[in-house]
This record gives sequence, structure tokens and C-alpha cells, in this order.
Amino acid sequence: MNSNEIYNLLKSFFPDAVIDYKDDKPVEPYIIVSAKEIDKICLFLRDEENLQFDYLSCLSSVDFDNDNLAAVYNLYSFVHNHKLNIKVIVPKSDPVIKTVSSVWNTANWHEREAYDLMGIIFDEHPDFRRILLPDDWEGYPLRKDYKVQEFYNGMKVPY
Amino acid sequence: MAELKTETITLNMGPQHPSTHGVLRLELVLDGEIVLEVKPVIGYLHRCFEKHAEAMTYPQVVPYVDRMDYLASMNNELGYAVAVERLCGVKVPEKVEYIRVIMAELNRIASHLVALGTYGLDAGAFTPFLYCFIDREKILEIFEITCGARLLYNYIWVGGLSHDITPNFKEKVLEFVKVFRPRIKELNDLLSFNKIFIERTANVGVLPPEVAINAGTSGPTLRGSGVNFDLRKNDPYSIYDRFDFKVIVGNGEMGTVGDSWDRYMVRVWEMEESCKIIEQAIEQMPAEGNVQEAVPKRIKPPVGEIYARTETPRGELGFYIISDGTNYPIRVKARGPAFCNLSALPLMSKGCMIADLVVILGSIDIVLGEIDR
Repeated sequence: MNSNEIYNLLKSFFPDAVIDYKDDKPVEPYIIVSAKEIDKICLFLRDEENLQFDYLSCLSSVDFDNDNLAAVYNLYSFVHNHKLNIKVIVPKSDPVIKTVSSVWNTANWHEREAYDLMGIIFDEHPDFRRILLPDDWEGYPLRKDYKVQEFYNGMKVPY
Repeated sequence: MAELKTETITLNMGPQHPSTHGVLRLELVLDGEIVLEVKPVIGYLHRCFEKHAEAMTYPQVVPYVDRMDYLASMNNELGYAVAVERLCGVKVPEKVEYIRVIMAELNRIASHLVALGTYGLDAGAFTPFLYCFIDREKILEIFEITCGARLLYNYIWVGGLSHDITPNFKEKVLEFVKVFRPRIKELNDLLSFNKIFIERTANVGVLPPEVAINAGTSGPTLRGSGVNFDLRKNDPYSIYDRFDFKVIVGNGEMGTVGDSWDRYMVRVWEMEESCKIIEQAIEQMPAEGNVQEAVPKRIKPPVGEIYARTETPRGELGFYIISDGTNYPIRVKARGPAFCNLSALPLMSKGCMIADLVVILGSIDIVLGEIDR
């Protein structure tokens, strides 16, 4: 199935949670969905007979614009050999997304990374803490307005 | 006699431990000698390559991706170049495509040799390690003659290559392949079918295929579980669709499908398949062509984003790049294969012995430079 057909199918099952479908070249088409329902949609995408997205290729966090952050999910199906991109856009003031780590185990570490570097909070994640940076690090480095902290445990940080 | 009171203990393995292959720390919860839980702690080598990339122009990112998976730099560069070229719509000359494939496959062999050699070390066999490094040295020599570097090449550029090949390149590569083929057999006699080695690795760290897919593993770790999936075949990039080669999958020859021995053996036979690809590429490669013909003077991709994935020796390396139409990328996210493979370690090592944990960790062939980025 191509992305447009999948969008129509999703829209019929989740009329409120599926927000938009974008297909502007050269960007690959993607579907924008709601942060609160992403887990249900992903479970549906994984288990529906003619979708079967069993593989989460990549989960990226993006500093979308001045006020918003985004999480991008690249899905792939081994069974049907098709791909799908999903975007979730959340405001910087309240960057909370439902976790999908119960759907794909891959998401566990990727979501921790997205939290660590971009500050997106994944609700109901089983092991939610920083992954690459130390636990007591301040701020989220990949945000465009990130200022590095002056001292970390008494050590000067900027070189 | 009253029941003896037993307690679990938490033991720290690494970050300075020879069998964690770099600066990886594992928090183990142990019941005597049995591992109840493994928690990998990563980030000791973190330098936030993704933040650096945002301050660089597109060609300047190439040396940074070299340093991700430093055992397979050519494959990383190829992945990045493919991503940016797709975003910009750059068409690369035929000759460049062939040289890229040859380099990537040579680097795959070199990387697998390190993986297999050090895996022998993990299991207690010292000699195969030396044999593997002799052959790897020959590959590094070819790289050195071509681009001057032995480990971090900055060779595959967006749109082309940094240097053309030397006149005797073809002969050198063919000679290597000819010498190397019997060496695979030698390695098999030395290590792969060694009884002690099989006892150590077969039926250890079994990863069932559905779990492997759900955990996002890729490369030999996924194929060792019997899943027939290789991006070179299933989602071809560059010119991989022109070559005839087999996708090697684990079949549980010595134990269960998806055990450590299967993952090891997939790598061994993949070297043979890489040799096949190299021979075909050498034969088909056009003689004429300027390798820098298509290198753009300024790389300014149109506004847009792309997720491009390629097969490195460790699995699916994806680059998610967003461009806003300027010289500088807005976001470069690298999906490292070893990152996802390592996240499957707790799943395959529940209930094993500590000594087996070393074997399991070796069999997924991690490179911390890429996990921590």
C-alpha cells in the first residue's frame, strides 16, 4: 500500500487522531498524527493484516520551528515491503508524546535518546532516563536555543 | 538444615573491560554465576556528532561520519553520500559507483575480519586473531595507496571521490581476492568448526526472529536469526542491483537458529559474497571517467528531508537529513545499526552465565564510536 491509501485507512479508523497528510516533493510523504493517540495508531499499524509494519527503522527528534518539537517515525514492513513516515508535532511548552516502546522494542532506546538530546518527554516509557549524557546534565543539546552549561560538577564545560 | 539465604548482587562490567569492545559499561544483576538482568550503560564516547553536523556544510560532515563506525568508514561515507545525493538529485558517474562498491565491500571484509578475530579472542582463541589481521592489513594497504589514509578516509564525497584509483588498483584488488578466498577456508578450519569454539557459542544467546525484528536489529545479527533481509538486495542503493550474490542467513547448523555461532558464521560467509561482488565490479567497471566530475561546487539541497538507509557490516545505517535550502543541514540524525543491536542484548542474555555474556556481546559486533556518536 502506498502512503495515501494508508492515510485514508487510518483516517477511517482514527478520524480525530490522524491530523494531516503531506506529500510535497522532494520530501517523502508523511502523515501527521496526534501525540496522545500515537501508541494506538502504531499498534494498529503493526497488527493490521494488510499493513503489518513490524519494523521501526528510525525514530528521530527534530527542533521543528520556534515553538514546536517533532518526532519522526520511519516504519517498514518485512511482510509487505512498504514504508511509512509518521510525524508527531508537540509544542515546546508541553512536549509530551505517548511511548511506542511497547509496540516496537527499538523505540525504547530511541525515545530515551530523543529525550536526552531534544527534551521530548515520552509518557509511560518503562525506563525513562537519559541515555548518552550524564544523568545530571542540564538542558537538551540538539535544541536550537541550547546554551551549554558553564560548569559541570565543578569542571568548566566550554573550551 | 534451614534454607540458606541467597541474595542477588549487582556487578559492574566495564567500561574498561577488554571484552566490552570499547568503553561500554554493563550493569549486571547476578544470582551467583547466572545473569538475571543486563543494563547496558552507554555514552562514554559521546561527542554529539549530530550537533556538530548542524554547524558544518554538507561536505564537511563526511569526516565526522568516518568517526562513527571507525572500523567501516567507507560504508558510513557511502551511506551519507547516498542520502545527500538523493536529497539534491545528484547523479554520479558510473565509474564512481563501481569504485564505491568495491571500497565498501573491501571495508566490509576488513570489518568482519576484526569482528571474527576479536570474537575468537573473546572465546579464548588467540591465533585466529593474528590470521585475520594479516588479511585486514592487505585491505588497509589498498586503501592507503588509494587515498592516503588507513582508517578514517574522507574518500567518498558527495557526488564523487577524493582521489581516482591508481593504475594498478584492479590487479591489486584481484590479487587480494585470489589470496583471500583460501584464507576463509583456513579460518574455518582454525576457528569456525573447532569443537571447543562450537561448544562455547552454539545454543548461546539465542535471538528468535520475531524478537530480532521487533527489537530493530539489522545486519548479521538479524540474518543470524534466519531473517532473509539485506538492504543491498531488498532496498537497493547505489548499483547493488547489478550484482549477483547470496544473502547469507543463519540456519542453526550447530545448534538453534539465532545463536551466537549463527551470527558468527553469517559474517564468515558474507566475506565470500563480498569477494564475489568485488570481482564482478572490477570486471564491469568502465576504464574512463573523471571521479570528481559530478562533485557540486556548492551543495545546497532543496528544502526537504530524507531518510536513506544503507547496509554497513553491522546492519542498517540510516541518515535522516533535513535541509532548509542553505549550505548547512538543519538536522542530521544517524540511526546506528550497533545502537539498535546492542539494545537487544538484554533480550538475548537473560539467564545466561557471565562467561557466555562475553560471547553474546562479541557476537553482535558493536563499535562504540557509532553507538555513542
